[in-house]
Amino acid sequence: MSSVAAAAIDATEVIAVTASVRRFLEDNFLLEARAASLGDSDSFIEHQVLDSTGFMELVAWLEEAYAFKVADDEMLPENLDSLTAVAAYVARKRAAAA
Amino acid sequence: MNHDGRLDASVLALSPAALEAEATFIARWLRETVGGTLRRKGCVVAMSGGIDSTVCTALAVRALGRERVLGLMLPERDSSGASGELAARLAAHLGIATERHDLAPALAALGCYTMRDAAYRRVFPAYGEGWRSKILLTGGLQGGLNHFRLVVRDAQGQEFDARLGAREYLEIVAATNMKQRARKLVEYTHADRLNYAVVGTPNRLEYDQGFFVKNGDGAADLKPIAHLYKTQVYALARHLGLPAELCGVTPTTDTYSLPQGQDEFYFALPYAQMDLALWALDHGFGAAELAAALGIDEARAAHVLADIAAKRRAARYLHAPALTARPVASVHAHGRAA
Repeated sequence: MSSVAAAAIDATEVIAVTASVRRFLEDNFLLEARAASLGDSDSFIEHQVLDSTGFMELVAWLEEAYAFKVADDEMLPENLDSLTAVAAYVARKRAAAA
Repeated sequence: MNHDGRLDASVLALSPAALEAEATFIARWLRETVGGTLRRKGCVVAMSGGIDSTVCTALAVRALGRERVLGLMLPERDSSGASGELAARLAAHLGIATERHDLAPALAALGCYTMRDAAYRRVFPAYGEGWRSKILLTGGLQGGLNHFRLVVRDAQGQEFDARLGAREYLEIVAATNMKQRARKLVEYTHADRLNYAVVGTPNRLEYDQGFFVKNGDGAADLKPIAHLYKTQVYALARHLGLPAELCGVTPTTDTYSLPQGQDEFYFALPYAQMDLALWALDHGFGAAELAAALGIDEARAAHVLADIAAKRRAARYLHAPALTARPVASVHAHGRAA
């Protein structure tokens, strides 16, 4: 599991991050159609939205967009393998840094 | 192979009679394919000293005769000296003609090393002369997401490692893929010159899992052992009576300057276990049975099976020919177009 401690998560922020990540997927991977039909909790792996290179690009984008480092032991499906997981992970990271 | 519901190394074992039948089948197919389908007069094989190119070269000689097989040795700056020695030993054993091209000057002129080293230096700014490097794949077997790490060793022998960012990873791979593509350029130059076909040397594990460079080592006119598991390729090498030092070589990528096993770079497990995992997946066995067969825990076996499926999906792009917006019947009617 993530080493980031669970912290109070702002629901508005989760919604905003979810929308941002969805836009990133659409813009970066030419996946307009597939990203549009992707449910918030659908696995990127199972729905073949991201492969290992894709996850590396997602991590690079998260680090730049939200100004934090993804630790090696946070490279987990629980943190990164769905829109919901990413949004919650980002919220936890930002809450921990605040 | 009748496995009777078993899952152990015996499912991949071939008897001496089966190995002889397989060698005869492949040799006949090679002869018919080169002369008939491809209408070429012989074969070019790039010999890395590894087991796959060794067996392919021996099979080509069995099929076509030693005078119709040209062996190529194509080292570059990061090749191990052992690769060339093993290839020379094979050429002497088989009595075939060889050509040797040092690709380092061409690769340097194309920017292979400078592009790669610039990406390395963004991760380790001190990287320079006398340092060595390799890339590791990690994460998947620990239940995490697969990602790549760069390992470097400085001139004093101290090692450092760091997770690679997407941009650095892609640039390093793009630069090092030049090596396989430069080799293919030379292979086709000799094939054109002699009116020969180019033999590709992947085993089943590599072919299935996409362990090759598109339009690099993945490019070939024929791939005679793509259906054989790596374990079986070793067995075939022994059956063909090849020198012991060639039959026992450990698979490496021979692409990076630090010693690097294929199971560090691409495969989740050593090849014999990967063979069995691939076989298990294709024969309907699950994680529990694979775990028992390999002596690993079930969660790890599940990760191995998931990883095989993921790599198989990623390999579709590598196998795909150039796609056309509409079919061109006159071309596509004769099989897969380039």
